[in-house]
Amino acid sequence: MAWFQKEKKPKEPTEKQVAIPEGLWVKCEECKAAVYRKEVEQNFNVCPKCGYHFRLNARERLDLLYDDQAYKELASNIRSGDPLDFRDTKRYRDRLKVYEQRVGKGDAVICAEGKIDGIHVVICAMEYNFMGGSMGSVVGEKITLAVERCIDRKEPLIIVSCSGGARMQEGILSLMQMAKISAALARLSEAGLPFISVLTDPTTGGVTASYAMLGDLHIAEPKALIGFAGPRVIEQTIRQTLPEGFQRAEFLMEHGMIDLITARADMKPTIGRFLRFFLNK
Amino acid sequence: MSADPSQFDEPIIALRRQIDELSAGEADPAQIEELQRKLTKVTKEIYSNLTPWQKTLVARHPQRPYTLDFIGFLFEDWTEVHGDRKFADDAAIVAGFARFRGTPCAVIGHQKGRNTKEKIIRNFGQPKPEGFRKALRIMQLAEKFKLPIFTFVDTQGAYPGVGAEERGQAEAIAVNLREMAALKVPIIVSVVGEGGSGGALGIAVGDRILMLEHAIYSVISPEGCAAILWKNATAAADAAAAMKITARDIKRLGIVDEIVPEPPGGAHSDPPKSAELLAPYLERALHDLQKLKLPMLVEERYKKFRRMGAFEKA
Ligand SMILES: [Zn+2]
Repeated sequence: MAWFQKEKKPKEPTEKQVAIPEGLWVKCEECKAAVYRKEVEQNFNVCPKCGYHFRLNARERLDLLYDDQAYKELASNIRSGDPLDFRDTKRYRDRLKVYEQRVGKGDAVICAEGKIDGIHVVICAMEYNFMGGSMGSVVGEKITLAVERCIDRKEPLIIVSCSGGARMQEGILSLMQMAKISAALARLSEAGLPFISVLTDPTTGGVTASYAMLGDLHIAEPKALIGFAGPRVIEQTIRQTLPEGFQRAEFLMEHGMIDLITARADMKPTIGRFLRFFLNK
Repeated sequence: MSADPSQFDEPIIALRRQIDELSAGEADPAQIEELQRKLTKVTKEIYSNLTPWQKTLVARHPQRPYTLDFIGFLFEDWTEVHGDRKFADDAAIVAGFARFRGTPCAVIGHQKGRNTKEKIIRNFGQPKPEGFRKALRIMQLAEKFKLPIFTFVDTQGAYPGVGAEERGQAEAIAVNLREMAALKVPIIVSVVGEGGSGGALGIAVGDRILMLEHAIYSVISPEGCAAILWKNATAAADAAAAMKITARDIKRLGIVDEIVPEPPGGAHSDPPKSAELLAPYLERALHDLQKLKLPMLVEERYKKFRRMGAFEKA
């Protein structure tokens, strides 16, 4: 599940990663060009030189998708209780405290209701900065509540995935969130309501093997890493170097797992267009 | 006794050897009897105090009964079927139809190999997408003909390979989770060996979930967890303990319904006995579930998984 994290393990909050670094100028991870920070921000956090998509945090994602950047957060009072009293080199509850202070108390997902192109929807946006976007009981509960709310109110659901997979520190409880959310999605589908899964870099492990791959529509951002097992685990298994582009969004589309690849600037209009198709509006 | 915790079986093996040697010679029957008593006592002592890592080794024991063994001991008229009708037949998952105490049913399970050749054919019990898709195809047939489903879980995980990724390993598992949640027939799951992450869960959504006493169930292998969080694969024993993967812990966390006892020296010491101990649990589960009418059955299954998880409300 969380195999992928072998490569990109849940980062301590000091992470550099690909969130936009502080400062006036930013170095693009892809084309290595120094680009003016403001210019990147105005371009949906996409490199104006090469189109590289910098990672968005959950709030930036919600701002990008919701009309007037207006939304109401749902189930924001749910916190992890460290059910296993887990300790590796550090206590899980201490790690949680650090992430809550630096990233926020929403754990690895923010769920919110609002409008896209005037249509009422619920969006769950995953937060990679919170323990690698890993899915434990809180992520599972918040997304399940979001799905159930959509069923009650007959609204479409959008989940923006960005996660290394299940959270090891909650053991089997994390694994079961896959089944719990998938069961709720079965009901959403039964109710005839749209579910659009947006896959961003990275979407791997237990998140891919549950809700991220259960959309009526799978929309990926360009070059997003999407897979079940992590590239390093696969390399260790087959004892070969993986080809360029393996497990990237384009690779998945070629293999029939993704409906379309959409640049960030087009994401909101594309989602809006499909919602109107599916809702016959 | 060895200081290596993975050699916990040594006193048992030594005693057995001693008994065998004495039995072959002209030993005093009373002496042998005394040793037998000692063996029983030592075995019980060792197996009731296994650490999570030792249980992991027991769950992976090469002589542990596998799905086809349980089928042989517990079912009649077993007839295997093959293929996902899309790409291939995956030998890491077996699927077919049989009778359980006379009742026609579908049976699905991970299958490991016993010798090198079998292990390769079975891909070490690690399914590819076609395995999960075959499993779903048979489960949907069971639903069509209103037959209960028995699944046996025993895999270290879904196979992490290039072809598996190309053919949608994640999608195959995800679809099984969604579809199994809504199948309109009883599903009885037995975690008999290794319950290894998504590869296990892909056939483990059900109405009654049983777990053998020394089986494990885990979000990631202890070695994998150790490599990531301890940055050291040799910390696997620590990871096994921290992740709470034993039957007792998994039951306490509300994931499995019942723990099925194993013979005193573990399922591998006496596979037929292990199957015999499992049988009444399967019978009771089937009996109970057949009384549940639709849509109650599916509703109860939803609630069962809906409850899973532990969090606090601020
Ligand atoms: Zn660039």
